[in-house]
Amino acid sequence: MSDESFSVICTLITGRTLEQAKGMHGGKTEEEYKQAVDKAFLSPEVLDKLSLKEGDEAIFKTSYGQVRVRVYADAGLPSDVVFVPMGPTANALVGSDTDGSGMPSFKGLQVEVSKP
Amino acid sequence: MNVERNVVCTFCGCLCDDINLTIEDNRIVKVEKACGNGRGLFEGYDPVPKRPKIMGTEASYQEAVNEASRILKSARYPLIYGLSSTSSEAQRMTVQLAELIGASIDSTSSVCHGPTGLAMQAVGEPTCTLGEIKNRADLLIFWGCNPLVTHSRHFARYSAMPKGRFVPEGRRDRKVIVVDVRRSETAKSADMFLQIKQGCDFEVLLALKALVMGRSLDAVEVGGIPVKLLQQLAGEMKACRYGVIFFGMGLTMTKGRDLNVRGVLSLVRELNDHTRFSALPMRGHGNVTGADQVMSWLCGYPFAVNYSRGYPRYGPGEFTAVDLLCSGEADCMLVIASDPAAHFPAPAVRHMETIPVIAIDPMESLTAAKASVYFPTAMYGVDCEGTAYRMDGVALRLKAPLKRQRPSDEEVLQALIEGVKSC
Repeated sequence: MSDESFSVICTLITGRTLEQAKGMHGGKTEEEYKQAVDKAFLSPEVLDKLSLKEGDEAIFKTSYGQVRVRVYADAGLPSDVVFVPMGPTANALVGSDTDGSGMPSFKGLQVEVSKP
Repeated sequence: MNVERNVVCTFCGCLCDDINLTIEDNRIVKVEKACGNGRGLFEGYDPVPKRPKIMGTEASYQEAVNEASRILKSARYPLIYGLSSTSSEAQRMTVQLAELIGASIDSTSSVCHGPTGLAMQAVGEPTCTLGEIKNRADLLIFWGCNPLVTHSRHFARYSAMPKGRFVPEGRRDRKVIVVDVRRSETAKSADMFLQIKQGCDFEVLLALKALVMGRSLDAVEVGGIPVKLLQQLAGEMKACRYGVIFFGMGLTMTKGRDLNVRGVLSLVRELNDHTRFSALPMRGHGNVTGADQVMSWLCGYPFAVNYSRGYPRYGPGEFTAVDLLCSGEADCMLVIASDPAAHFPAPAVRHMETIPVIAIDPMESLTAAKASVYFPTAMYGVDCEGTAYRMDGVALRLKAPLKRQRPSDEEVLQALIEGVKSC
């Protein structure tokens, strides 16, 4: 893991958003869908801690993969949780191990968020 | 121009059946009463005939059937996946094909409410219809779900807002409580919001059950929620006339999975010693409930079924799509009305890129765009009739407001069955 002053360890959750659903209707190969799912939401505290502004890029790293995405504030999130809309960006981070259930770890993985 | 009234919207498990569509020249030009997602489903849908594709190149229907049948027949471990956005008639045909080729068959349930199925098999299903909830429920708890985004008309048609027989004042007669990790859109419109610590649902549900049973807890807080607040919630649950817990993927996708849902179901079972209480999963895709129903009638199990020995075997974690792809076992995949390339973890998608994939879908999804064989089909409930099951298990007949010009999913599956038999 990187130097603590440049990264924060959080818990990743993924899920649906209105924007993602709207983009899906237009087609998943269209720009609107890509913009809707190629982003992440952080608490304002984490944004401040990493000296990031809304729309800046950050690096998200889990034990399964790494992505570089634009980040936005969501005051409804606890300071230790990040939210990524479901889609190819989230899929690069989530776990493929289903613990014998068939369900991958779409929520609850540890993620390191750092400033590029 | 004509207006088709009371059309069923098949976008989500609400299956709202009051949609009005204005149709001109076999195109939908106006959509009334639908939510944004429903409008997205109907608006812009073009029923014109489209040619199938083999390796991205247009081909005749018969050529595509022949190639897909050859792939299915020659596979050693075929995987069939999807089913939740097609009619129950097509789902039934899919099970027939799975049995014929000795495939593993799995629905999108495995990556949404599959763990709920496991919990129901262990505890039972304290269920009810959305009609009962509309007419009777005075306490609504939404746990790990965000219906204002995912099921936009749920509040208005079935749960929080409608005036019912025993709740004549609608929203004023009901209390809405949200339990979630984040202050979601739904949480903002609730009377009470409990912000739970991520991954602590099972502990909180167990603590609530203990409180409902009259036990005391030797703790100040559980899962980030003060015990005093949990005591208040337990009291309100016992005191209501008719309560419901709606639960979503906040429970099924997080640590504990089916154990979290067991927590909900056993809490509700306990509450029925005090009052009337039910639990209902917020089912996502329009006919994912139908996929569980049809698979259960025909195979005896709701998802994760394997036919390689000629009879159905059940194996979540073994015969589920993500597991079969990540282990590299599946050597061919037939996808019906679903888009795993957009929604599966990257290692599963990477394996899909190494095996022949056959896609049957009205829209050219990310899966269809990369498929070895792609069949563009009619959309159920738009230009194809059929049956779908609402999230509460109520079956609805789907009309076809547009004239069909493409084959239905069912017709393609029938052709594949015949094609495999003649290979």
